[in-house]
Amino acid sequence: MAEAAKMQVSDEVAIQITGMNKWYGQFHVLRDINMTVMRGERIVICGPSGSGKSTLIRCINRLEEHQQGQIIVDGTELTNDLKNIDKVRSEVGMVFQHFNLFPHLTILENLTLAPIWVRKVPKKEAEETAMYFLSKVKIPEQAHKYPGQLSGGQQQRVAIARSLCMKPRIMLFDEPTSALDPEMIKEVLDTMIQLAQEGMTMLCVTHEMGFAQAVANRVIFMDQGQIVEQNAPKEFFSNPQSERTKLFLSQILGH
Amino acid sequence: MAMATDVPKDSFRLSMLVYDTRYRSYTIQIVVLLLFAMAVAWLLNNTAQNLAARGKEFNFAFLWQRAGYDIGQQLIPYTNDSTHFRALLVGLINTLVVAFWGCIFATILGVIVGVLRLSHNWLISRMMTVYVETFRNIPLLLWILLSYVILSETTPQPRDFRVTDEMAAAGEAPAASMIFFDTVAVTNRGTNVPAPLFERGLGSVDLGFVTLNLTLLAALAVVAGSFWVNHRLVAAARAQQEATGVRPATWWKSILILFGPFIALMAALGFHLEVPELKGFNFTGGILVAHSFTALLIALTLYTAAFIAEIVRAGIQAISRGQSEAAFALGLRPNRTTRLIILPQALRVIIPPLISQYLNLTKNTSLGIAVSYLDLRGTLGGISLNQTGRELECMLLMMLIYLTISLIISAAMNLYNRSVQLKAR
Amino acid sequence: MDQHFSRSEMLPPLAPPITERGAVKWMRENLFSSPLNAILTLLGLAAIYALVAASLPWWLNSVWNAESLGQCRAIVAETAGEGATGACWAMIRERWHQFLFGFYPPDQWWRPILALGLLFVALAPVLFAGQKRNMAFLLGGIAVYLVVTLTLAETPAAAFALAVALVLGLTALSQVQPGRLLWFTAIYPALCFWLLWGGTVWAPIVAMAGFVLLYLVFRFAAPVIGLTPAAGAGIVAAVLWWLYLQGPVSGLLQGALPFGLRAINSDLFGGFLLAIVIGVTGIAFSLPIGILLALGRQSDMLIVKTLSVGFIEFVRGVPLITLLFTASLLLQYFLPPGTNFDIILRVIILVTFFAAAYLAEVIRGGLAALPRGQYEAADALGLDYWRAQRLIILPQALKVSIPAIVSTFIGLFKDTTLVAFVGLMDPLKGVTQIVRADIDWKGIYWEPYIFVGAIFFIICFGMSRYSMYLEKKLKTDHR
Repeated sequence: MAEAAKMQVSDEVAIQITGMNKWYGQFHVLRDINMTVMRGERIVICGPSGSGKSTLIRCINRLEEHQQGQIIVDGTELTNDLKNIDKVRSEVGMVFQHFNLFPHLTILENLTLAPIWVRKVPKKEAEETAMYFLSKVKIPEQAHKYPGQLSGGQQQRVAIARSLCMKPRIMLFDEPTSALDPEMIKEVLDTMIQLAQEGMTMLCVTHEMGFAQAVANRVIFMDQGQIVEQNAPKEFFSNPQSERTKLFLSQILGH
Repeated sequence: MAMATDVPKDSFRLSMLVYDTRYRSYTIQIVVLLLFAMAVAWLLNNTAQNLAARGKEFNFAFLWQRAGYDIGQQLIPYTNDSTHFRALLVGLINTLVVAFWGCIFATILGVIVGVLRLSHNWLISRMMTVYVETFRNIPLLLWILLSYVILSETTPQPRDFRVTDEMAAAGEAPAASMIFFDTVAVTNRGTNVPAPLFERGLGSVDLGFVTLNLTLLAALAVVAGSFWVNHRLVAAARAQQEATGVRPATWWKSILILFGPFIALMAALGFHLEVPELKGFNFTGGILVAHSFTALLIALTLYTAAFIAEIVRAGIQAISRGQSEAAFALGLRPNRTTRLIILPQALRVIIPPLISQYLNLTKNTSLGIAVSYLDLRGTLGGISLNQTGRELECMLLMMLIYLTISLIISAAMNLYNRSVQLKAR
Repeated sequence: MDQHFSRSEMLPPLAPPITERGAVKWMRENLFSSPLNAILTLLGLAAIYALVAASLPWWLNSVWNAESLGQCRAIVAETAGEGATGACWAMIRERWHQFLFGFYPPDQWWRPILALGLLFVALAPVLFAGQKRNMAFLLGGIAVYLVVTLTLAETPAAAFALAVALVLGLTALSQVQPGRLLWFTAIYPALCFWLLWGGTVWAPIVAMAGFVLLYLVFRFAAPVIGLTPAAGAGIVAAVLWWLYLQGPVSGLLQGALPFGLRAINSDLFGGFLLAIVIGVTGIAFSLPIGILLALGRQSDMLIVKTLSVGFIEFVRGVPLITLLFTASLLLQYFLPPGTNFDIILRVIILVTFFAAAYLAEVIRGGLAALPRGQYEAADALGLDYWRAQRLIILPQALKVSIPAIVSTFIGLFKDTTLVAFVGLMDPLKGVTQIVRADIDWKGIYWEPYIFVGAIFFIICFGMSRYSMYLEKKLKTDHR
């Protein structure tokens, strides 16, 4: 908590979502989502499976289309305009549950691919940046191996480094630790906490409540495709308002 | 287990040959080997007896005798005075030619169909499914026979192309007309296609055992040279990208380099097409492609393409959605994603079964006998065999040749597999 | 800033906006989602239109009653006008029996018809292990099929009654003790052989007795000399029985109790009867041989492995046609002088080996896909090699390879058409050529190929659909 207090939140808006609705066919998967994320904010989104939390953050870099409402990321509205989508995607990094590293490329190539082809950075410079971030996630010695040769925790740290190489201003995490063995969760969380301390704007779908208490300045609880409750972590855990939130918290913290 | 308590010390008993795990596998192997040797000896003995009873002997001298039959499609000089061995070579080349073009066309068609089958277009993907299922579930022989019958029985006779004076006066069109800008005529005798000719050809050099066509060599050299220059160009572009981050546009230079010199060479040699012309009751000039070749090629292409389409589809589907999502999230555009992420991975999945389809296609060319296409099976295993009565020699030699082709292709495949295998823990 | 927020009332799900619904949206998404897609859709529609426009009149003007192609064309010209096209199904009407039975004598058609019905009875316990409902449907269907077709084929009353009684009896058995139906499956090959080729009933019975002898020797020798030697002794005893006692014993029995069907020669077999006989026998025998070859290839024993690899690679490396020619031309060299056995049998043997080599590779893939732990677990349970294979390894390996195994079977069935090249009368080349050689039907081509192609399609497509059903049903683990 003390650490969380250190991190400053500016009054500049990073993400603005208003009246957003999304359907899969007839299924109303996201219902009237309104939220504002300030630059430097760290938000944890939780909720039962199927509540739409992954879909929500996948809408933020347009891996999913929304049908109604408005999403503005860093001043750019997400529409069908390819230029806007490119702009948003190069500002927003994403880390997936199953890492999604490219198995046919070495770790270094995984990290330099997007800077070279999207940012048009010279190869040498891209490799230097890549090595810098690999050192930050503490696995520079693995640079010339292939993803299949790494442990799950290492792969996820590479995935984080891969996103950071694009120098994003916002990071999205989609259940980054739920495919990992327990002993590897900590190494990934440590990397994420470090990132938070450096002031990165983060939206994180996770059930790691320890992480939420340590770094988040807001926790959002979703159910049935809508935001049911949001609050600062301290109040959220100690004094939940909605019945659904209480039930959910008792289920994940109860044992 | 049982042997935990009282293991007999080194005293060897005969029953240990069966029960002792140390000897058991040797016993079995020796028994198998003996049985195999006995079977081989039995077969050889029978063969020797049978040959003796028929007054035949086992040798390949007949290969150097005069063949005495004609072959319609010959890519190396051959007359009926040539030897059976020469006929074998002509047949082998015919096999390889139809297999080569079949592989190329089947790959093109198969990739298109496989990709379209995955398209979001409901109509197109259904149509491709119908195509794939139809061709996969009906024997290849039917497609060969049907193509052949359609080509040779529904196409017009050469004289139907004729415009008589009365017709010209009356402004009537002939019963049949040529296709592709009046360059190709499909008749019931075959397909007349234009022949490439050179006004200032380079001629050929006779090296005694083989004749080299210099024009062809020059063309090959120019193409190879263009590819090499283009390779250098791409490498230079990559180097510049690595140094400055910006990749220079190379596509128009590539087109220029790949096609320019070739076109220039063709112009220099006076390349022109000799279009088949109707003279009297038949077409002259150009090349007459037999329907047996065309039908075999069409059927092999359509049939194998259906299998290749399934392989391509499975290969692309084997790459998880997460791969393209990760690339999109990094800001890569869809076409870059396909080229840098999806294709390299899909190819690893696609190429091994694809090559085994090439193998199948090559073996399936032997069905050409149904339409009297004189391939290896038709010459060596057909007419030569019947004329000389050397069943044993011809069949063994033919199997050996097919086997060699297969083994070469599968050896290449194994090498490829080893080189691209994904590294894992 | 809206730091604190709590929803007291949940939002109900809403229907998607009108632009996201209905046929218009469906068409926009599935047919016209981009300019390229729109072009493709239009091209597709144009292709379908061209195809239908070209072939619809031909189908609509079909002629069913005529004596020759010329007559067909005359009828089409008369009804649909000069220059119209029309199918001449009258040819099928006149010659269907050659496509189905070849030259099998018409008064004996009931025998292959019955054999086909009983084939499905024999398959029932394999296809729908233990599912009484499905089995009842299948057997009921077979009973109806038999009653209808046997009546049409003018079956002798005694045979008809026996056949119906047999199927009804087996149906009852399948509902009471479905497992016992496998006994019928076991004796079916001999029964089928006898039905199709005829001759004395004692020959197949005495041949089956060889298997009984094998089992008895194995059963009583196994406790004394061990499993593998006992199996060897059993095989030796059975082979001796078939070689030396088969002929005299069946002759003796036939003399004492003469009973048999009219013998039908192999050269009368043709059409789909031939294709199905070769296909089904090939499928039935290639699977066990393929499994043995796959196990041999995975074996630690160098000689066994080398021989298996050599066999598999040789057979896979040459076209089936060359193997069929071996059957027709070379076997006379390899067998003792004077031996001469049936060409259909020779072809079946070669086709079986051919399919077995392909199956071996497919099954090897399945074996390789199994995690190492399964082998270790089987060892740890103290199972010997054959038990481990039978109970643990093979069921899983075969399950994984079902789609590939079935597509090998489909390939085998399609390849039965190649027997035309060794002079047998397959439905595609053999029979069609006979029909097209007839002066009445000279020049006909679409109709026979469509007819034969459609039957092949139904059988092969059916097999592939069944494999999908089986795959789904057996999907107990693996995600």
